[in-house]
Amino acid sequence: MDILDILLSASFWAAAIRIASPLIFATLGELICERAGVLNLGIEGIMVAGAFAGWMAVYSGLGLWPGVAVAMVVGMGFGAVHSLLTVPFGLSQHVVGLGVTLLATSSTYYAYRLALPEVTSPPKITAFQPWEIPVLSDIPLIGPALFSQTPLTYLAFILVAVVSLVLYRTPLGLALRAAGENPAAVAAQGLSVTGLRMGAVIVGSGLMAVGGAFLTMSAFDSFFFEMVNGRGWICIALVVFGAWKPGKALLGAVLFAAFDALQIRVQQTPLGADIPYQIFLMTPYVLSILALIVMSRRAEVPAALMVPFNKGER
Amino acid sequence: MRLEPIANPSLARSTLPPALAIAATVVISSLLAMLAGANPFGVLGLILKGAAGSQFAVLETLNRATPLIFTGLAVAVAFRARLWNIGAEAQLYAGALLTVVLGTGALPWSAGALLPVLVLTSMLAGAVVLLVPALLKVRFGVDEVVTTLLFNFIFLLFISLLLEGPLKDPMGMGWPKSERLIAEARLPRIVEGLRLHWGFGLALIAAGLVWIVERRTTLGYEMRAVGLNREAARFAGIPVNMVLIKTALLSGGLAALAGFSEVAGLKGSLTLDLSPGFGYTGIIVAMLALLNPLGVVAAALFVAGIFVGADSMSRAVGVPTYLADIMLATALLLMVLAILLTRFRVVRE
Repeated sequence: MDILDILLSASFWAAAIRIASPLIFATLGELICERAGVLNLGIEGIMVAGAFAGWMAVYSGLGLWPGVAVAMVVGMGFGAVHSLLTVPFGLSQHVVGLGVTLLATSSTYYAYRLALPEVTSPPKITAFQPWEIPVLSDIPLIGPALFSQTPLTYLAFILVAVVSLVLYRTPLGLALRAAGENPAAVAAQGLSVTGLRMGAVIVGSGLMAVGGAFLTMSAFDSFFFEMVNGRGWICIALVVFGAWKPGKALLGAVLFAAFDALQIRVQQTPLGADIPYQIFLMTPYVLSILALIVMSRRAEVPAALMVPFNKGER
Repeated sequence: MRLEPIANPSLARSTLPPALAIAATVVISSLLAMLAGANPFGVLGLILKGAAGSQFAVLETLNRATPLIFTGLAVAVAFRARLWNIGAEAQLYAGALLTVVLGTGALPWSAGALLPVLVLTSMLAGAVVLLVPALLKVRFGVDEVVTTLLFNFIFLLFISLLLEGPLKDPMGMGWPKSERLIAEARLPRIVEGLRLHWGFGLALIAAGLVWIVERRTTLGYEMRAVGLNREAARFAGIPVNMVLIKTALLSGGLAALAGFSEVAGLKGSLTLDLSPGFGYTGIIVAMLALLNPLGVVAAALFVAGIFVGADSMSRAVGVPTYLADIMLATALLLMVLAILLTRFRVVRE
């Protein structure tokens, strides 16, 4: 199969959109945190926790949507820990973030072993099924790619618009962005920088967890260790690539996912058979680094990102 | 609430918060062990016994601490200059890689000539691996947190590629592992008959040397200045970018020694599971040590003790081993908070 054939096949684009979905949730979550001035390196662990929590909730008898809610609440819990330490106490966002990732990952694995002590292969759940959108899903190429996805994918795309709208069109969004650019000005307006930042980290962490839950409840139907596999770190790169803007971040996630879907398909061609599979597995990470190199110069980093705000200081 | 610095912290102020952090970690872990059906009051004792209760346990803890001292030093040096090296894992594997490339027969020398060459080339390999993100940072402004993290994944895949290709041991029964080191490339034991190799001695020497570099040399002074305030350092005429590059070389080299010492001292060959995350755990070690090179030794022993002790505890009472990681994460988060509270008081508005 030729590369052009791959690029023109509907199944390729359907896969790209599917691969992009968890990245969109988590990238939006990270973007909200960073726009408020907090780097959240807990993302990787929070995705692991979300993946497990949502799946476990459904396995224990809850419905799929309540399962997503459970994942979100668990993510918000870890977000609360992160934000408490980094915002009012102003502790190093690097150290706390990595600590939260370790805490979330290890407590997830611990919980998994407690819940399923004897199993060798994890049980399956009935995952989200695709919703065919009437009429639209019949459009050639675009239909199967965009309008025959699972509901969580639609939710991801809707969220991009919602986050965009809130960030740029509401007083809350203005205050949130100001907390990341010039917190002293926010405080002078009588608003609580601490409240805004903590809220942003908690909500953002909830979205990261939903991104993780997508993996176990929509892309697959089971939970595996190592299943997040660096996706959280890639989302941090995607935030930079998207210049801290939801729309561009969406574009970055889809572009990235398209490359990922492409490498999987090229692996199966005669050309791909001669190349060690590790080269293909490396490409997402290499691409992320290349994207960072290209975008870092132009990007406008929120001015107060990683700068703690203590009202007493002037 | 806001934070207010305390001019002269009392003795209680400087000791109570860390003590409470440790106590809280123990309580939380014991409660979690209870969830797994263990007696919560026995957990701490079992961990202590497993970590230091016998000669075997102590040696096991010292062996486990060895790579953590190296990665802890690597992180401490880098974080001191506020270079966020989260890639010690990749640098560790770079050191291990050079050790097996040169130590499996390519250099048929005596141990006295071969071991120093392996130490230096490993360090060089680790330094180069961190040099790339450091250059990207100073040249293009690319955040090193993300690049070093992503490099860990790339480098491990690269090692996997080599272990299934050119470095594969033909006698390895199909397992992706390298050939074994020649006898001259193995680190001898410190005391004959006791399972503790000279990697541990090398780690202690490294900690001493790093302490000297940080406290007694111009580079050390510059590293601290760059870490405290990059703009002020630049204003004072310190070549900030050059200092960051030198810091990266030192940090990468130290992390690589963890790989060298694990292969040459303990394992004898390279496999993909050489490091169960020593690079990442080095961050915990460095933070618990407050980035002090000598403190890194103590912190590495503490962390290694928790791992070894929790392993033995979980075998004894059937608690999943992941409890050790939860303990460390909890200890880390509570300890950074406790250390802040030794210097600041919380004031309600």
